[in-house]
Amino acid sequence: MDLSTAFPTLVTDLPAAFSMSVVGLVGLAMIVLDAFRNDHPAIPWLGVAALGVSAAWEATHLGAPQSTVFFETLRTGGFVAFINLIILLTGLATILLSVPYLNQLRYDYGEVYALIMFSTVGMIMLGSANNMVSIFLGLETMSVCLYVLTGFIREDEGAVESALKYFLLGAFSTGFFLYGIALMYGATGTMALPAMAAAELGTLSTRLLFWGGFALFLVGFFFKVSAAPFHMWTPDVYQGAPTPLTGYMSTATKAAAFAALILVLVHAVPGGEWQLSVAAVAVLTMVIGNVMALAQTNVKRLLAYSSIAHAGYVLVGLSAGTSAGYAGALFYLLVYAVMNIGAFGVMSMLEWDGKEGREQTLSSLAGIANDRPVLGSTMGIFMLSLIGFPPLGGFAGKYFVFAPAVDAGLTWLVVIGVLMSALSAYYYLRVVYVFWMQSADDVEATDPVRAAAFPRATVAATGTLVVCAVALVVLGVFFGGVLETTLGFFESTAMATAP
Amino acid sequence: MNIPHLTSLVIFLPALGAVLTLALRRASAIRWTALATTLATFLLSIGLFVGYDPSVSTALAPQLADVWAGWLPDGYDIKYFVGIDGLSLLLVMLTTLLGPIVVLSSWTYIGEKHKGYYALLLLLQTGITGVFTSFDLFLFYIFFELTLIPMYFIIGIWGGTERIYAAVKFVIYTLVGSLLMLVGILYLGYAAGDAVNNGVFTTDWYTLLEYNIPLAVQGWLFAVFAFSFAIKVPLFPLHTWLPDAHVQAPTGGSVILAGVLLKMGTYGLLRFCLPLFPNVAQSSAGLFAVIAIIGIIYGALVARVQDDAKSLVAYSSISHLGFVVLGLFAFTTEAMQGAVIQMVNHGLSTGALFLLVGMLYERRHTRLMDDYGGLATSVPVLTTLMVISVLASAGLPGLNGFVGEFLILLGSFKSPVIDSPVLIAFATTGVILAAMYLLHMVYRTFFGELTNEANAQMADLNGREFGLMVPLIVLMFVLGFFPSPFLRQTAPTTEFLLETVEEKRAAVERMEANDAATAEEPTQVPTAPPEGQEVSIDVPSTSP
Repeated sequence: MDLSTAFPTLVTDLPAAFSMSVVGLVGLAMIVLDAFRNDHPAIPWLGVAALGVSAAWEATHLGAPQSTVFFETLRTGGFVAFINLIILLTGLATILLSVPYLNQLRYDYGEVYALIMFSTVGMIMLGSANNMVSIFLGLETMSVCLYVLTGFIREDEGAVESALKYFLLGAFSTGFFLYGIALMYGATGTMALPAMAAAELGTLSTRLLFWGGFALFLVGFFFKVSAAPFHMWTPDVYQGAPTPLTGYMSTATKAAAFAALILVLVHAVPGGEWQLSVAAVAVLTMVIGNVMALAQTNVKRLLAYSSIAHAGYVLVGLSAGTSAGYAGALFYLLVYAVMNIGAFGVMSMLEWDGKEGREQTLSSLAGIANDRPVLGSTMGIFMLSLIGFPPLGGFAGKYFVFAPAVDAGLTWLVVIGVLMSALSAYYYLRVVYVFWMQSADDVEATDPVRAAAFPRATVAATGTLVVCAVALVVLGVFFGGVLETTLGFFESTAMATAP
Repeated sequence: MNIPHLTSLVIFLPALGAVLTLALRRASAIRWTALATTLATFLLSIGLFVGYDPSVSTALAPQLADVWAGWLPDGYDIKYFVGIDGLSLLLVMLTTLLGPIVVLSSWTYIGEKHKGYYALLLLLQTGITGVFTSFDLFLFYIFFELTLIPMYFIIGIWGGTERIYAAVKFVIYTLVGSLLMLVGILYLGYAAGDAVNNGVFTTDWYTLLEYNIPLAVQGWLFAVFAFSFAIKVPLFPLHTWLPDAHVQAPTGGSVILAGVLLKMGTYGLLRFCLPLFPNVAQSSAGLFAVIAIIGIIYGALVARVQDDAKSLVAYSSISHLGFVVLGLFAFTTEAMQGAVIQMVNHGLSTGALFLLVGMLYERRHTRLMDDYGGLATSVPVLTTLMVISVLASAGLPGLNGFVGEFLILLGSFKSPVIDSPVLIAFATTGVILAAMYLLHMVYRTFFGELTNEANAQMADLNGREFGLMVPLIVLMFVLGFFPSPFLRQTAPTTEFLLETVEEKRAAVERMEANDAATAEEPTQVPTAPPEGQEVSIDVPSTSP
């Protein structure tokens, strides 16, 4: 690197970091505002504005050509814009849903929103990484903010327990991750993803070093996307975290981490030797997620296991190892973000126990849809989409991760996937029928009375849910355009041909 | 009369009505909107009946077709492709006919949450019509699954006491089958794409027909497709969801379920299983005939011992649909024609039976036959209609049921594929058994002594109820006395399907024989290059 030309390069590359800078700077401004005007109600709206502007910027860059910036540490182009769009919109929805929720709990601290912004910055970096160091930076920025967000309701033991669990296990997985990077660096002598693919792995010991490092690296990633058998933390953490933030954790984090994983698989290890290992993890993840979800009585725990299961479906697309598989996985991440943020959003507005819904059973919400038809209808759509019913987005998503896997000769994997989807119908439908088909008289009154202590459904929050539901219908019918976009990211010249 | 996009209009008009009902508040406004929508759809579908010309071949494309190829990117040959052929036509007409009838039958039966009920009913009609008109397997699958959700809610919200159990059972059963079929669709799409579509994934029905599937693959593909449709029909022993769903569903739901929803199973067998997998379909015809006959007899025997009138009609459905499946797997023109017409007949007569049982239930809030008796004196009109419907269902000559069952049995007797008249003789007992259990029901419910005061006070049919029954009763006679106009509409398509089955079967056999011949001569076959799994991403080549 020639330092004499570094400055002009940095300046010309600056637009590529537009979202990262805007979100980060506004996040800082929010902290400053919070310092002078404690918990000012305008703080979340600052965040909404920044995320909205950034999302609009990214939306206009979906067709941009792919290239690298900042001395090949970061990538730009359609792929990155797409992932950023998911992350930014998810962050936007999270803030809109958090406002009434935290208001109800009297924890509407200004720094919460700033932390959401900072973890968004981390995710954006993660999703646009072209270098192991960028991946690590992004991952840690994201995770540290999330640890704090999980436990910021510090008077609540459950939340603190969750945060601690998340932090300890997260730190542990980071260890794996770092060690993996170190070994891969040792084998190839580079941190840049494309250079890793190009490096000669001559001797047996170098190969062992590289693949051993890669395995450890994958463990770290599987932890972040909660793939089995590294999923143990998920239900506990999801159950104890403030509900809208759980939604954020389960969607944006996954989108960013999967994006980085795709980048690594495509650029650093394009050979596909890992195909069967990823397929094996996918099987385990789908089976454990779905089977465990069957037995849950708490909706947040149920959704936690369901999010494990969905990580499995995405892994099915990845294990195909083809461009269609990656494109399908990207599409799935978008759909999954929409439906899951919605599902957690609905639950956040139906929470009466004052303990982040930790102690509230599903059956205590019997017949709630009759009192709150909008929440009931949107929840119905989210659940049906999670099952994968056409014409909702969830179906199109599943179709386009399963189809490439069949094409790649992994029909057995897809058979397991669809059987698990059928199984999942049982527990998702349970939510639907408790909401719609039972009445409060049907269930024994062991649960505290559903008091009127539900968080106030603001127009913005309800509107977010309705937009999510409508988006699922649109994505379920007119998926062609989005799919074409994602397919476009993986077309044309092969990266593997680099020297 | 030439209305553009008529087929799509018939499919989506009810969905439009569903959206419209969501915007309304008053129950009466919702009901009238639903009625107007379904009536308008029915009138439009008459345009299909008139516009369809049986003398024009549908061997290459359906009539009144609507295609939109830009639905998906180029990597997938998946189209929005709907149209009409002889097979679709009558089933679409049946669906649109039952639409307004079901709305009318729910007029007072549904006492709460009107908006949701009518919106779901209309959405359901869109799904069913879509199933019968799709000529793209992917599109078919979407509509096929789309019917599940509304039915789930209709049973689960407006159903009887065990409604949730019935609704969940209904969904899970169907979903297991249809998701396995989805794997089959994916596999078939890629295989057919490689063989006949320049490597592009395809689900176009006509393109799929060009592909002769190797025997080894045909076996399991047929298995997953047939499994899915067999659950829907339902065939013995996969039928156990049906009585639960029927008994718990509100009358409107039962009528749709028996009238058209079950036909999606037999339709799927005929549209996809037989022509796409002809070799396996023919070699397993004996198996299916046996299963169908077990269903015929088992359904009839179980129906005989029911105390619940609705449950009796539900089991009679299993028995009657056994005939349809038998007709399909006989592979003769008569039997297949009989099967198609029997699908319609069953929709009319069983629909009528469910409607009448529902009317009794609305009056007395019981379905047990013991609670009735002697109704003939108090409700003569209802009794008359019931007797006609029962006789139609039992296959009395002069009414519609006879035509279908006769053709099926005739065709099956001379079927070279099943080739077992003894077996078919067993099937004929189903006709006798049907008369037994149905007349038994009529006797217990309508004749004998009028003991219960509530039964004596029962009001006879009102104008709405009578009006909604009239079209069904009239059609029972029309189809019974003059079936030929309807059979003429379906004949070219059934013949085309049978020819296709025969041609493709022979083609696959030739193909397999060739393969076996080349395998015996160990010639130098150039090894195929391994399948590349290159992943590419658009980036300028960078060197570290």
